[in-house]
This record gives sequence, structure tokens and C-alpha cells, in this order.
Amino acid sequence: MVKDQEFLEKKASYCLGLAKKLGATESSVIVNNSVSETVNFRNKKLDESNRSDDLGISITTYIGKKKSSISSSNLLDDNLNILIEKCVETTKNTPEDEFNSLPDKDLLAKEVKDLNLYDDTHIENDQKIDYLKKLESAASNDKKIVNTESSFTQNKSNFILANSEDFCAGYKTSSFTASSVTVAKDEKSMERDYEYSSKCFLKDLDDAGELGKQAADQTIRKLSPKKIGSEKIAIIFDKRIAKGILSTFASAISSSAISRGTSFLKDKVNQKIFSDTINVLDKPDILKGLGSRNFDSEGVKTDTLKLVDQGILKHYLIDTYNGKKLNLKSNGRCGGTSNLYFENGNISFKDLLYSKSKSLYITETIGHGSNIVTGDYSVGATGFLVENGEFKYPINEITIAGNFKDMFKNITLANDLEFKYATNSPTIMIEGMVVAGK
Amino acid sequence: MSNFFEKSDLSRSEAENIISDTLQKCDDGELYLENSKSESILLDDNKIKNSSYNSDLGFGFRAISDEVVAYSHSNEISKNSLKQSSENLKSTLKSVKGTYNHEIPKSNKKYYENINPIEQKSLNEKIKILNEVNDYLRSKDDNIKQVTANFLGEQKSVEIIRSGGETLTDVRPLIRFNVSVMLEKNGRKETGVYGVGGRQSYDSYLKDDNWKSVCDEALRIASVNLESKPAPAGEMKVVLGPGWPAILIHEAVGHGLEGDFNRKKTSAFHNLMGQKVASEGVTIVDDGTIDNRRGSLTIDDEGTPTEKTVLIENGILKNFMQDRLNARLMKTKSTGSGRRENYRHIVLPRMRNTMMLSGNQTQDEMIKAVDKGIFAVSFGGGQVDITSGKFVFNCTEAYEIVNGKIGSPIKGATLIGDGPSILKEVSMVGNDMMMDPGIGTCGKAGQGVPVGVAQPSILINKMTVGGTKL
Repeated sequence: MVKDQEFLEKKASYCLGLAKKLGATESSVIVNNSVSETVNFRNKKLDESNRSDDLGISITTYIGKKKSSISSSNLLDDNLNILIEKCVETTKNTPEDEFNSLPDKDLLAKEVKDLNLYDDTHIENDQKIDYLKKLESAASNDKKIVNTESSFTQNKSNFILANSEDFCAGYKTSSFTASSVTVAKDEKSMERDYEYSSKCFLKDLDDAGELGKQAADQTIRKLSPKKIGSEKIAIIFDKRIAKGILSTFASAISSSAISRGTSFLKDKVNQKIFSDTINVLDKPDILKGLGSRNFDSEGVKTDTLKLVDQGILKHYLIDTYNGKKLNLKSNGRCGGTSNLYFENGNISFKDLLYSKSKSLYITETIGHGSNIVTGDYSVGATGFLVENGEFKYPINEITIAGNFKDMFKNITLANDLEFKYATNSPTIMIEGMVVAGK
Repeated sequence: MSNFFEKSDLSRSEAENIISDTLQKCDDGELYLENSKSESILLDDNKIKNSSYNSDLGFGFRAISDEVVAYSHSNEISKNSLKQSSENLKSTLKSVKGTYNHEIPKSNKKYYENINPIEQKSLNEKIKILNEVNDYLRSKDDNIKQVTANFLGEQKSVEIIRSGGETLTDVRPLIRFNVSVMLEKNGRKETGVYGVGGRQSYDSYLKDDNWKSVCDEALRIASVNLESKPAPAGEMKVVLGPGWPAILIHEAVGHGLEGDFNRKKTSAFHNLMGQKVASEGVTIVDDGTIDNRRGSLTIDDEGTPTEKTVLIENGILKNFMQDRLNARLMKTKSTGSGRRENYRHIVLPRMRNTMMLSGNQTQDEMIKAVDKGIFAVSFGGGQVDITSGKFVFNCTEAYEIVNGKIGSPIKGATLIGDGPSILKEVSMVGNDMMMDPGIGTCGKAGQGVPVGVAQPSILINKMTVGGTKL
């Protein structure tokens, strides 16, 4: 069982009290507990079961403008005494930074809304096994599938965030996640692909059979890939890859990258960075949303932000420290975005495929090729050649490259947005990128 | 050495009884206890941004029957907690009928000293060096707009208790020192990053103002990139410099030679044992026994002493890297490659220090042999799809080669290749093998572990360079 609010609050207030006694002028503490149970299947048989019970505490102490922090998984009072003493001692010896402080009191969340983030249902391992049997049977239907690995995880978490300004709040969250990774083989090649579903509530989880079938279909269609020549070509990003472009955008507008001057989007607020039709929202109060929250990791309340309005950048993602440095107020984005998404475009997925006589549809990228300082982008890619709206053949061992500054201005969005992850995008097409192949 | 039972209501002998009771009739398993202390001190934007300390304690209890692994971990080392874990394991492995394998090799060799690097240097001394780094760099070049420097130090104590009470212990120091520089000139920004580290005290790496050479290298890379032009796109010859570029070896063949993927037949290498997978003259080993290296281990996380494993010898595939589970199922021996990020994770076969050994050609000969291609000196990260065998890595310092001569620097680009065939495209192996500076972390199944790589300069006949210039 995940620890209750009372236990976490008691630990939090013990720490705040002790920090004050030892000389901290301000302090904050996060206590969390997370219990996960996972069952893994491989080739229709039980492969692994895994239970984790994780406790954690992290404490930040301030003495004036000096700051230091400690974290630990050992919540015994004896250990906390040693650590808090060490933390206060380190704080004394750390140089001052004029921007160090707790959030402004008037920005802290006043209420905690029930965002439907916790499902009390407990799913026994035997039920997980039933789900995985059904999933793997669907995944391995086709003879070309030579290996299946699937997994079912139930996670229950609880946390308390408290600070010396009398803020003290937290809530339980849950997630149920099923995934399937399949390997297909033919004479020429062996390929792998996956599908997964993650929900706050068990009853919303995708059907096991459909999940397995989808993973298998997506793998089989990749068999016998070809390599194409190097050329400039329109690129269509599958939804699961398109969300990565939004994540890069989010890193580039984080107040830390902006205040340090290490982002290609520095000084771009109120300037056009996307084409006219593009809107980007970060909405923290979606019921059952995988990125939903009442406040950020400093306790600052999070409101919906229209980050990009008709192509124009409106906000950075601001936390307390970098906000003070930039002379801006925190907008509750310490720790990043909540439910971040591109609003739907006005063209269907099918029309997007048909919009060019020839394009590349990318389903997977590999490598860490996004540079937020310069905006340069270059990654390995796998996908399909699309001609006149039809998938012609699978492609691999190519790279796609461009610069985000140009890519953002050349985005066309389809209207097929779904909320499957915390960050979501409809299918997108970007023109003017370069493919390197043969 | 940590005494894990000192402040617990659980005594060592009670723990041993629970372990032996849980693991009877299992094929393998153990209780893994871990106590780690780590610190991070960061200078950024002219200020000490962060000084933090972490202390992490916990256990992971594992039971294995045939192919099935049951695992349970917790932060609370108590009677209740271990009993609950035992119940979890028993409920997964309902009807086991194996025989516990007590055999575990022994060795007295140690590859690093039992020290706590965090306590060997005071906070004030560390802050002083970081400030000196900042001042030194900012006085060297007016175009410097940002300097980030940090210390990461760790001491990890592990204890492995097997059925019957056999106990294996290890204390592992690890440090890393990194410097990152951003330059801005004529509206253009570029960064350079460099670092050093390993399983020794901070001073072993920083003595005699050695930190200045780390700063100089970061600044040099940033300066080169400031002059870079767009990278070419397409297939061409590639010369890789010695040392850190060996992450090509790590991604292209290393992961594909890990035991689990080959037992499950999901690696592109699973049916190539004994066959020629690389050009003659290519020998690759994975070695956990080099003193004080980042990837070295006295014992792995199952208690097996590490070794130097020959993976590819003169082009022929000789061995996979194994942990105990995959070794048993493939009827071979553990190579001491069973590793985990920490007690929260199960053991997987992993790399340690992966190295291609020297041949007898010179880098000069390689450059001269290229009409049109690139010379890649330093890399960021890499990644591989072990099933299709396709891998990538990202250049952070590279130059074009035109008619046998090194030309202009080129922008960072991704290089992509095919693991099982790339080593057959190696046409020259240099005589200049070098270890990396000790900064690598390898990710697999959500677990990061410290690793090392090494290689001489090599010439690859054909690779796809992912630039933007057609």
C-alpha cells in the first residue's frame, strides 16, 4: 500500500521544523512514495515480476540568499537528522545568489482540485497475466512474428510538498500501463516495433487484443526495408514522433535555457516562430490527463497557457529562480510542461498523405540530434516512402536533418490529435528537410 | 563498508534465513543491498547554482526459476519489508523445482581503492576550483558567453548475500568533472563540452592544474564549431579519431553482443557466433579489469569477478557478454557482465570498458586515402536498434576531407550505419589506441551504468553522414 497523506505530512513537517531549528531561514521539502507492480511476458510465458516500493525525500534549505539541497531514500529520523544538519552546514558554505528564494506567497496554489488522477482499483498479478496472455496471443498471430515481449504495470503514488511559508499540499496519482514489443522476421530482415497504452484509470486502458495486434501490424509492415538516395523531401512525422518536436520546443523556451542564453528561441517572445495556423497549449487541468497537476514542483499554481498563438510565441516556461533573473513572474512551470499539445490543424490525415506526390512517413527516430543552442536537428530515421497517398515500401538507415527555426515555419498539422501521452501532437508534415541515404 | 543491519530490527542471520528459505528450489537469486552517497556541485552563469547531496539506501531481492525472474525492492531494510518481498517472490514462482547454483568464482584482485571521494576534498576547495575554472575561461576568450562546470562524486557500497549465507562485497568510488563552454560571435552560438573521470579521488584528475587542460579542450571544440559549415549528406568514407569515437563500437556491435538479446534471438548477431563479422585485424574486447577506469568493476552486481572478455578476434565473433541468468540458459559461464543501475533494477548483461585494439597503420595514411569524406574527432551520444542492427551517433567535432587533406570543420551531424556490416567496412586500423577520458554512461531498459570505450583511429569505407548539404 502506498503511504498515506498523514505519514508524508508528518515527515515533511519534522524536516521543516528541524531545518528552522538548525538555522535555515527558509526551507522546502518534498516527500513521496511510489509503489509499482509489474508483470512481464515473453513469447506467451511469464518472464518477470517486479515490485518496487520507493520512498524519497528531498529538502532545500536557505540561509538568506544561500541555498543547498539533499535527498535520500532513508526516512528514518536518525538519518534525517544527520542529513538536515549536513544540508544546513553546506548552505552556510555555499556562496550567495541574489535570485535564490522560495516562490512569492501570492503565487502558491490556494486549492487542490480533484483532477481525477487516482484510481483506487488494485489489479492482482493474476489479472495482469490474463491481460498479457490475451495481448500476446493477438501479437503472435502472424507467423512472421518471432518474438513478443509485453508488460503490465500498476503504479500508485502519493506526495506532499511543503515549505516554510506554510504551503503544504499533495495528492495521490495512479497509472496503469500496458506495452508490447514485437520482433518480425523474413528472409531479408529482422525488425522491431511496439505499441503501448497508459491511463490513470484501469477501465480506460486499451483492449489487450487490439494493443497486441497493433504492435504486430506495425512491426510486420517494416520488413524488407530499403535505403533511399539523399534528397530534399517533405517529411511526415507519425504522432508518436511528432510529440518529440514539441518536447524540443518546450526545452528551448524553458526559462533556464533563456536566462542562460543557451536557446535558439531567446528573445523571441511576441515574435512569429511558427506558421500562422499553429497554436500550442499547455493545459494542466485536463481530467485524467497524464500530465495534469494542480501546482508545479515549487507549489506555484499552474494555469492554462497558450504558449503559441497563431504562430507567435507568447510565453516562456518560468520557474521562480529564472523568473527572478529574467524579471518575470513564475507561471508554475518548474519541472516543465503539463499537458502540452498542438491544436488540431484543418486537414485530415489522409489529405496530408495525398498533399505531396512523394513524401517520407517517419515512425521512429534514433539518436540525440536536437541542439537547442543552435536549433540544428539531425537524427537517424525509420519509416515509409509515400507516393500519391499510398505507403510504397519501408525505409531505414537514413537520417533526416534541418534547423528548428526553419522547420517550425514549415509545419502543416493534420486534425487527428489524441491525448495518449502527456505531450501530444497531431500528425505533422514539415517541408524543406534533407534526407541523407545512399 | 556499510553495516546494513546496524540500525535495523532485522539481524544478518534472520536475513540469511529468509534468503535461504525463499531461494530453496530456485535456480539462482540473491539479496542485493546498496548504500550510496553522492554529491553534485554546479557552477553556471558565473554562480554556484547547486550544491546537493544524496544518500540512497535499499535492497533488491531476486529469485530465478528457469527463465522467470521475480524481483522486489524497497528502501526499508526491516524484518517486515524483507518478509513482504519474500512473499512477493514466492507468489510469482509458485511451483519451483530447480537446484540452487552455489557456484560463484572468487578473486582477490581489486581495481580501485576503498575511498570516499566526496570526503577527500572539502566543499570550499571544490567551490574554489569551479570559480577558478570560470575566471580562467572567461579571461581567455571575449566571445565566451556561458561557462558551466560541475563535480559529481559518488561512493557506492554493495553487499550480495546468496542462499546459504555466502556474502560478497564491494565499495566503488566514482567521480566526474565536466566543463561546458558557449561562444557567441557574429550572432552565432556554439558549445564545446569536455570532461574527465573514473574510480579515483578528484585530485587524481585535477592535480597540477590539470583542470586547465579540460577547460582548454572544451574551449577548443567550441571555437572549432564556431567556424563550422553545414555537413554533407550522403554515403562517404569516414575516418574516426582515437579514444571516445569508440562509442561507434559500443553502439554498432557492443549492445548486439549482450547475452540477453542473443538468448532471445532478437539481436542481429544471434546466429553469427564463430563467423566473420569484421575485417581482418579487428579485435574487440570488453574489459572490466583496468585499474581505476569508469567502466571497471572488482565484482559485478551478482558478485562475479569481472574479466577481460574477447568479443571479436581478428574479425571472428568469439563471445557474448553474460550475466548468470543468460549464461545458464545458454549453457556457458558468466563473464562478470551482470550489472544494474542500483537496487531498484534487475540485473542485465552490460558492457564495461569496450575496446578495439590497435593495428599498425597511422592516422595520416587514413586521411591520405580519402578523396571525399569526413574526419570525426569527437561525439555526443549514440543509440542502436539491436534488432535491425541500425545505429547512430552524433558528431560534436568533425572536418571534411578533400583529396587526402583535412579541410573545414563541419556542423554536428548524425552518422548512421548497420552494426553487423559496418566492421567489415573497416579498411585500416591505426596504431594509436586511446582510452576515452572517463565520461560515458550507457542506457539500456531505463538503466544507466558508467562505461568506458577505447579505439585507435580507423578508416570506414562507407557510412551515411546526416548533414544538410546535398
